Amino acid sequence: MLKHDVLIIGGGLAGLRAAIEAAKNNVDVAIVSKIHPVRSHSGAAQGGINAALANNENSKDDTPEKHAYDTTKGSDFLADQDAVELMTSLAPETIFETDHWGCPYSRTANGKIAQRPFGGAGYPRTCYAADKTGLYLLHTLWEQTVKHHIKVYEEWMVVDLIVQDKVCYGVMAIELRTNQLQPIAAKAVIFATGGAGRVYGRTSNALTSTGFGMALPYIAGVPLKDMEFIQFHPTAIIGKHILMTEGCRGEGGYLVNNKGERFMKNYVSEKIMELAPRDIVARSIQTEINEGRGIGGQQFVHLDIRHLGEQKIMERLPGIRDICMDFLGVDPIKEPIPILPAQHYTMGGVAANKNCETEVEGFYAAGECACVSVHGANRLGGNSLLETIVFGKIAGKYAGEYVKGIDLNTEHSSYKNFTNKMNGFMNRLYESTGNEDPYRIKKDLNDCLDENVGIFRTEEKMKKAVETVKQLKERYRKIRKVKKTSSFNQDVVWILELEGNLLAAETIAAGALARKESRGSHSRTDYAKRNDAEWMKHTLAYYTKEGPRLEYSPVAVTKFQPEERKY
Amino acid sequence: MTTFNVFRYDPAIDKCPKMETFDVKNERGMTVLEGLFYILENLDPTLCFRSSCRAAICGSCAMHINGQYRLACRTQIEHLKSDTVTVRPIAHSEIIKDLVVDMTNFFANLEKIKPYIINEGPFPEREFLQSEGERKGLDHLIDCILCGCCYGACPSAGTDEDYLGPHALMKTLRFINDPRDKGGKERLAFVSSENGVFRCHTVFNCQEVCPKDLDPSSAIARLKMKAVWNTLKNLVS
Repeated sequence: MLKHDVLIIGGGLAGLRAAIEAAKNNVDVAIVSKIHPVRSHSGAAQGGINAALANNENSKDDTPEKHAYDTTKGSDFLADQDAVELMTSLAPETIFETDHWGCPYSRTANGKIAQRPFGGAGYPRTCYAADKTGLYLLHTLWEQTVKHHIKVYEEWMVVDLIVQDKVCYGVMAIELRTNQLQPIAAKAVIFATGGAGRVYGRTSNALTSTGFGMALPYIAGVPLKDMEFIQFHPTAIIGKHILMTEGCRGEGGYLVNNKGERFMKNYVSEKIMELAPRDIVARSIQTEINEGRGIGGQQFVHLDIRHLGEQKIMERLPGIRDICMDFLGVDPIKEPIPILPAQHYTMGGVAANKNCETEVEGFYAAGECACVSVHGANRLGGNSLLETIVFGKIAGKYAGEYVKGIDLNTEHSSYKNFTNKMNGFMNRLYESTGNEDPYRIKKDLNDCLDENVGIFRTEEKMKKAVETVKQLKERYRKIRKVKKTSSFNQDVVWILELEGNLLAAETIAAGALARKESRGSHSRTDYAKRNDAEWMKHTLAYYTKEGPRLEYSPVAVTKFQPEERKY
Repeated sequence: MTTFNVFRYDPAIDKCPKMETFDVKNERGMTVLEGLFYILENLDPTLCFRSSCRAAICGSCAMHINGQYRLACRTQIEHLKSDTVTVRPIAHSEIIKDLVVDMTNFFANLEKIKPYIINEGPFPEREFLQSEGERKGLDHLIDCILCGCCYGACPSAGTDEDYLGPHALMKTLRFINDPRDKGGKERLAFVSSENGVFRCHTVFNCQEVCPKDLDPSSAIARLKMKAVWNTLKNLVS
């Protein structure tokens, strides 16, 4: 049987960073990833990564504490402040480390890492490498895993988490090339599997960000936390919903409606304008569109960066220009960019404490798939890359230490039990007599979430979403037969991922329906105000066959008392 | 409707590859990748291809499309100006199934050049200071997404699997140009070896097909110059 001390699932930034750290403990570390690590969705991150480095001439008195305050306020006071303080205090050293490893950050005139303004931040705090910060960081960390000879199971898909009596023993995985299903035993497992964006149809996320990595621990008994908080990024291009970085506005870009008006002045102070936090900007754009002030009355407004000039655009936003040219045929040096809000980030995820530990012994989670929680009800731009490398490192450290006192018994009953269970599942797929089309179910799910659990939410729509997801789960049980092939059975992959989609969706819809207030990204027209007395608490969704059972847990407050969130 | 002509091959079953034809309902703005998904979801769920970001940044979906290596996600069907879309896998790599090829050798060659900063410290307490000029020396060289278009188009890679390939050589220059890297001499010596820069015949295919508009040919030319200069210096000293 394949076995490792620490097994990391996911080869994006959090997974790679965890692997590098765990390996420092002289333990046997391996990464399992359904795609090659450099293909991970971390690489699509554009604008940058936050840390109070005080490198910008306008950020001289920035501190980790101010970063923590901005993050907490941005989260609409739902983030756990001890975790936020930990993240912001570790931010500078964790970023310097990536510089030492070769990450090609853009530079200030005096040679330091360059920083740009981002939404909801009191100072220019977002370190950037042009507009491809995620790509460069991803390659840099992958390079380190090559240097340290860390084993990667490339194109192996984890299909179950082996948990018995609240202890984790490893995973079940399919090697895609051979279609072989087998257990991989491990003393500790870290999930770093990314977000659940593809639950929605209008999303900036990669096709591979399905939420399957959240669903597996959920089925295994680990609760999913705060899943109702879904970030809609204000600026995705129309049609393909590919992201236009917040850096466009950080560098001075405007948002403009059909009257040529910079409408953000109607929603926030003139000092903040386009640089309000994402939830507020997304709602403002959606309001403009809903009230008929979209360009030509259509479902989009303009992001205008023409006034930045060709030189600045080519130097700081070259990737943005490429995307516009490739996917819209629009040159943003000459024309404004048609944009609308799109699903972008899952604030919630696998409930983990600030050591990335979970309710299951030996099971850790980090990055977007986890909810530590540092983003609360709304994440600030530039904090997701930060979360991946800070908490990736922490997960690697704690898992690496934990395994030293553990014996691995590959004769343990769980391996046989889970192999039988998974083989049973696969055989049912191969021999199914059902007639449901999985891709139709996926489409119906996407439409349902887009329509009913979007930027503005109502009781009626969310009830409909809960009901529809339940029906879709029923249809999933009657999926048509899958053809057995000898390698790379994509049909099987997408069908398995669809179960992840459905389970993530049920926690999103149920959590949203239950939360009778508006907080951060969760905005209800029937409960328009934040309600700290009743709702300043985390949602925990536990898996049951009938659907999620909701519980709640308190928010950690240290320095910052909740206040009205004004910008 | 657009006709998709798709390369099919399952080495476990098929004696030889074949081209298969599908009618794809083409909507305005549809990409070749979306066309392939249309086939997978509506016509033949056994079709195999790689994909992830669908935004030309992850490098998964490099293929040979209507005579040229391209990213399927970045290629709009109407821009091909043809009623037929012909899709084949990347050359010079073993076919696993249909459009999915084995990229082991591609990545193994990259790993041979030690694709990481060679510097065992000591490191500064904060970041390294780097002038804007020094940082500019990395421009474009760092933008490679390792999709493999250049490798598939390179005749030298096709005739010799040990040839490092345009992707690995451009990456070498990226590290040599980085003041944080201490491996310059070692790197130059390595790419001067028989499987390195001098196996490049400067046919510019890599530059022509790169979907990120990068120029591995010129990176290799610069490496050749550095390598020759380094050898001369060693002779003199």
